[in-house]
Amino acid sequence: MFDKLLIANRGEIAVRVIRTARRMGIRTVAVYSEADRNAMHVQAADEAIAIGPAAAQESYLRGERIIEAAKRTGAGAIHPGYGFLSENTHFSDACEKAGIVFVGPPAGAIDIMGSKSKAKRCMVESGIPVLPGYHGDDQSLDVLAKEAEAIGYPVLLKAAAGGGGKGMRRVDRPEDLASALAGAKRESAASFGDDTMLVEKLLLTPRHVEVQVFCDSHGNGVYLFERDCSSQRRHQKIIEEAPAPELSEDIRKAMGETAVRAAQAIDYRGAGTVEFLFDDKSGEFYFMEMNTRLQVEHPVTEMITGQDLVEWQLRVAAGERLPLLQSELQRKGHSFEARIYAEDPDSGFLPATGTLTHLSTPTEDDYVRIDTGVREGDEISPWYDPMIAKLIVWGEDRNIALRRLKQALSEYRIAGLSTNIAFLYNLAADEAFTKGAVHTRYVEDNLEDLVRRDQRWDRRDRALAGLYLALAAGQQHNQNAAGDDRFSPWGLADAWRVAGPRPYHFHLLWHDEALLLQVEAVPGAAGKFRVDANGEAVEVEGSLSGKHLYAIVEGHRFTAEVADSGSDITLFTAECAVRFTRSSGDWEHEAGHGGFTAPMNGRVVQILAEAGQPVKAGDPLLVLEAMKMEHTMNAPADGKVESFHCGAGDLVNSGQVLLEFSAEEKAEV
Amino acid sequence: MAVIKTKLDTRSDEFAANRERMQGLVNDLNSTLEEIRKGGGEEAAKRHTSRGKLLPRERINRLLDPGSPFLEFSALAAHEVYDESVPAAGLITGIGRISGVECVVVANDATVKGGTYYPVSVKKHLRAQTIAAQNNLPCVYLVDSGGANLPRQDDVFPDREHFGRIFFNQANMSARNIPQIAVVMGSCTAGGAYVPAMADESIIVRGNGTIFLGGPPLVKAATGEEVSAEELGGGDVHAKISGVTDQLALDDEHGLALARQAVSRLNRRKQLQLDIAEPREPLYAPEEIYGVVPADTKRPYDVREIIARIVDGSEFDEFKPLYGTTLVCGFARLYGYPIGIVANNGILFSESAQKGAHFIELCAQRGIPLVFLQNITGFMVGKQYEAEGIAKHGAKMVTAVACAAVPKLTVLIGGSFGAGNYGMCGRAYDPRFLFMWPNSRISVMGGEQAAQVMIQITRDKLQAKGQELSAEQEEAIRRPIVEKYEKEGHPYYASARLWDDGVIDPKDTRRVLGLSLSAALNAPIEETRFGVFRM
Repeated sequence: MFDKLLIANRGEIAVRVIRTARRMGIRTVAVYSEADRNAMHVQAADEAIAIGPAAAQESYLRGERIIEAAKRTGAGAIHPGYGFLSENTHFSDACEKAGIVFVGPPAGAIDIMGSKSKAKRCMVESGIPVLPGYHGDDQSLDVLAKEAEAIGYPVLLKAAAGGGGKGMRRVDRPEDLASALAGAKRESAASFGDDTMLVEKLLLTPRHVEVQVFCDSHGNGVYLFERDCSSQRRHQKIIEEAPAPELSEDIRKAMGETAVRAAQAIDYRGAGTVEFLFDDKSGEFYFMEMNTRLQVEHPVTEMITGQDLVEWQLRVAAGERLPLLQSELQRKGHSFEARIYAEDPDSGFLPATGTLTHLSTPTEDDYVRIDTGVREGDEISPWYDPMIAKLIVWGEDRNIALRRLKQALSEYRIAGLSTNIAFLYNLAADEAFTKGAVHTRYVEDNLEDLVRRDQRWDRRDRALAGLYLALAAGQQHNQNAAGDDRFSPWGLADAWRVAGPRPYHFHLLWHDEALLLQVEAVPGAAGKFRVDANGEAVEVEGSLSGKHLYAIVEGHRFTAEVADSGSDITLFTAECAVRFTRSSGDWEHEAGHGGFTAPMNGRVVQILAEAGQPVKAGDPLLVLEAMKMEHTMNAPADGKVESFHCGAGDLVNSGQVLLEFSAEEKAEV
Repeated sequence: MAVIKTKLDTRSDEFAANRERMQGLVNDLNSTLEEIRKGGGEEAAKRHTSRGKLLPRERINRLLDPGSPFLEFSALAAHEVYDESVPAAGLITGIGRISGVECVVVANDATVKGGTYYPVSVKKHLRAQTIAAQNNLPCVYLVDSGGANLPRQDDVFPDREHFGRIFFNQANMSARNIPQIAVVMGSCTAGGAYVPAMADESIIVRGNGTIFLGGPPLVKAATGEEVSAEELGGGDVHAKISGVTDQLALDDEHGLALARQAVSRLNRRKQLQLDIAEPREPLYAPEEIYGVVPADTKRPYDVREIIARIVDGSEFDEFKPLYGTTLVCGFARLYGYPIGIVANNGILFSESAQKGAHFIELCAQRGIPLVFLQNITGFMVGKQYEAEGIAKHGAKMVTAVACAAVPKLTVLIGGSFGAGNYGMCGRAYDPRFLFMWPNSRISVMGGEQAAQVMIQITRDKLQAKGQELSAEQEEAIRRPIVEKYEKEGHPYYASARLWDDGVIDPKDTRRVLGLSLSAALNAPIEETRFGVFRM
């Protein structure tokens, strides 16, 4: 076993690998980019080496710098984590050349599984079931019809050169094939200049079931059971679980053995995941691909097997035998993992950036595990994956585990940026999910509904929001009051008026919707208010002590935790997180001050106008790239850019003024 | 401290009768105020808001910190004073907290006669400025006014306490670092133009705010030039070209936000010279005051029952409790602030006047604010009393009241007649604030007494001629006098003419006094120098 391990990664996975290494008495070396100077993984490691600027291409993807860092610190092995260089054969080769152990499979295995066509061919040769399809050159209708018949309807016609859904047709019946084919070919030719078609079997409601395999260099291979990752959105897994629900032991065994066979067919070594599309109606499963690394969702496997997969990886990499053989592996209970992301479900799950101004998590114990790489006060930067944490729970059975997941989600409290926590909660509470009947398209098909569900703004939420705002205003009031008049009746924020209290109004933004909350103090009862929104009044009373809001709404007494950044407010109750924003008018732009501010942290890609030159309303002024998306800022009116406060390539923070714009003065009459 | 033990029987018929009467008066007050709060009426309000303007009370709500109390002054101003209705005299004034700072707000109500200044409007505006000046409170003017009411120019323009005084006050308050901030949210014509121009900082709302010495019609008449109000004196003109305003707001809300921002930058700290304690509510419900005050004004009652429903914990340390008992003096706390209370419990005698003077001296010496609860028919008259020098004893109390430089707050809880009004810190004695209960009456003497005096004088004249005064003649003299006194002594009549700062619901007395006192503490408590006491 090596004495020192370098982790060529960042964030939660680096922290997670360090944890195991530490337990095994292996010293650890972290690498970090400029953006990660104070990151959690850097502080968790014994040593850390700077490897370049924030952009991953300049740091975490620079294999030579990482190998250099390993040499410098005398690390005998490199753990690549997932992503970055984990499936890069040049890197694993370079490690080998440098005499450093790469904790991962041999380059050959990575190479085969890195290519979809190579992988498929190899699997077919090894007798692994793949999705039936026709990939031939003969494109005549007769041949295609015959192939489709053989595959079995429904089938999918796909442009061989295609992507993005262009030239794609679903065909349910043989008689529809001809017209569908003509349309698909036409579209394909127009889009790609090539009308070659593939025919594939269409699984309407497949599940994504993957098998964790492990092989050592002594010819042993085992599977550590499967994970179900059917809840996905755009191929992004949302909640994973192990074992797969409603899976018979026969299929489990068949799938596991097939996966081991697939791994052995490519002389695999280390941790790998064989992904299958599983048709739970027929019980058939088809090889999709193999991931030649440790998966993000590996903890659920650890939870049900009681094994530490990173330890296994390190042992195998060090040439040891697998710690356990198949007959010794047992599974116990059920585990879920929810991926907590900084993203905004309201705006198409756009990644969110910013500072974690408030972060409190459920307590970790035998049932709850949190893998994270950030702490309160840390920033989620636009440079890397916006994952905040993985919340992993275990339960004696699926129901108990699911209940624990929901409970833990409700206790996971983050403010400062948008997260998907409420969305995760809704998914965990979803009826189909509860039944274990989610297929890979389920979330997409029900996305609108799942997102909207956390947009509850019911009587209780409104009452709570009103109570909090009123009580906070009162406390604010006295804090604001300059001087030592601390008991002043002016600080009694009950909107007292000569003839009875006057309701005061809070203007809020709730999921981009402007809302007016009317709150009226109930005379003579401290801490009691009548909250009115949309004409419906609710009486609420309570008190606020720091972050804790104690409330009684219609006889129901409960507590909530509040995170208030000044503008963004999140109320966490046991059931959900209600998030809203105090709306304060943003008049700056139009009032002729003309400051254009960056809507989020990002990089200026291009400046499209020249200072001082006239532009028309709607003309693009500059392009900002944030989270791999480009945002163009346009001229709001005819006028000119007075000056730019940024240049192409500059990194800008949300709210930073990018340019001064002045609208054209109306001609004097 | 000693706790006042109530002797009130809240289940007695008398309590019920008293309460019913006071409730009736309060209901009348509330419905009158409700009517006034509608301003110029629904149609005018609709016209106002259709221009994107907020109504004046809404403007104030948004200007103030969320939930801030607003101590409105003289809502009854101009009530039944003019042939036409001028609710609240066309402007709303009061104190509220803005960015944590207690400020005087003066907001024109353009729905009432275009926000033009009637004579009472001027008086109300000046009174608000006086409050600001006396209590060191920043002023925020929400301007939306057509200027002086032209048909009444002789009562608005020329005199010392007329329109021009507004700007005199602005300049002199500014000189004392009492900030003057103006938000121009509507017209600001002619003399009105000086409100923002004289302000330390001014904000104008684009599209609605205009400032000019002469409006478009006057310009056309004078020079033939045709120009729109916006071109002549709109936000863009003044924010970008003339510099008459400092900030350009896009709408009312923006303008108010800018005003809040301006106040947050004033660098003011309220410094208390008082020993404060945690406030406690009175032991007895303030609503019970309704049942304390007898329906029959001639019936005496113990003013301590009122005090017990105003002060912290109903605790009251009485001064000279056994001497001059018709004047109750003592120490208490109000929202944690120490106060000295001077309250009538009958006619003023020589001893009570001397006791009062002594107590006021004590409070002035110690820097303790004074609260006067007036319910006084006057000083005792008669040979014995004149002989013992009640005039000079009364004078001592009047001197003490006049000179005491601590904040003085006065509430008329019953009658306020004759020299009793002076000794108990009537309007002329510069209390920082003066409020009336709806049951109170104010006049030089009671209507009945005045009638009796007139009847006596007439009778004497007739007797000199050897004639008698018939019962009918007596009644003919009596009735108009009593009616006149009743009308003119009514609190609405008084409030309409700015003899007070407002008529209040008795159960709000604690809060009103608390807010007033706290506001008054923005000014340092000066040392008192008394005049010569006649011994």
